[in-house]
Amino acid sequence: MAVPKRKMSRSNTRSRRSQWKAAAVSLVSCPQCRSPKRPHMACPTCGTYNRRQVIEPSA
Amino acid sequence: MPRPTKGARLGGSPAHEKLILANLATQLFQHGRIKTTEAKAKRLRPLAEKLITKAKKGDMHNRRQVLTVVRDKSVVHHLFTEIAPTFAERPGGYTRITKVGVRKGDAAPMAVIELVSEPLNQVRVAKTPVAEAAPAPAPAAAEAVEETTEEVTEAPAEETAEATEAPAEETEDKKDNA
Repeated sequence: MAVPKRKMSRSNTRSRRSQWKAAAVSLVSCPQCRSPKRPHMACPTCGTYNRRQVIEPSA
Repeated sequence: MPRPTKGARLGGSPAHEKLILANLATQLFQHGRIKTTEAKAKRLRPLAEKLITKAKKGDMHNRRQVLTVVRDKSVVHHLFTEIAPTFAERPGGYTRITKVGVRKGDAAPMAVIELVSEPLNQVRVAKTPVAEAAPAPAPAAAEAVEETTEEVTEAPAEETAEATEAPAEETEDKKDNA
């Protein structure tokens, strides 16, 4: 079985892990209620998309 | 020739996918709008629209073909008698998919797929004012050109250029608003 020949330094480990980043979610303001929402998706606050009621508002 | 669907079938096997889509189509025609995952909604849309096209033809042959997918006779009856006549004027595009965010539990992207219930005329009304507005300023500009031609020959050319640009900008603005 293939195994690592050398111990990986803390520096190398931390350098690799420094690239584990979460991307910020892009948001736009809802044309109906002005609250932030994901683009191309129904607004979770007022439940509309293109000013058309799609779902019941959550919460 | 239609290109086969790429990737894995829904549910794991072709038979299971067929069953899932048939059930989704039945529920869609029964309730008018259903909430499902985006992937299922996207696969369901072509199937449901083909069934509606068959329902619009309305004869016994098409009804039997629809019955091979939608097994519930009462749903097929509702499709042929209630749903199909509302789409008589609409040339395709009978369903609408709206994304509604992720599902709690497995974060699957969800969507609402619904039968379009709005009258088709709404779209036409929005477009016709733009078409009518474009010719309307043109005659006025033409009259202005005729008046100025007697005075100087160079002036009308500039005015016509401005006059043609102005309505074009107006129409663009109206398109943006619409």
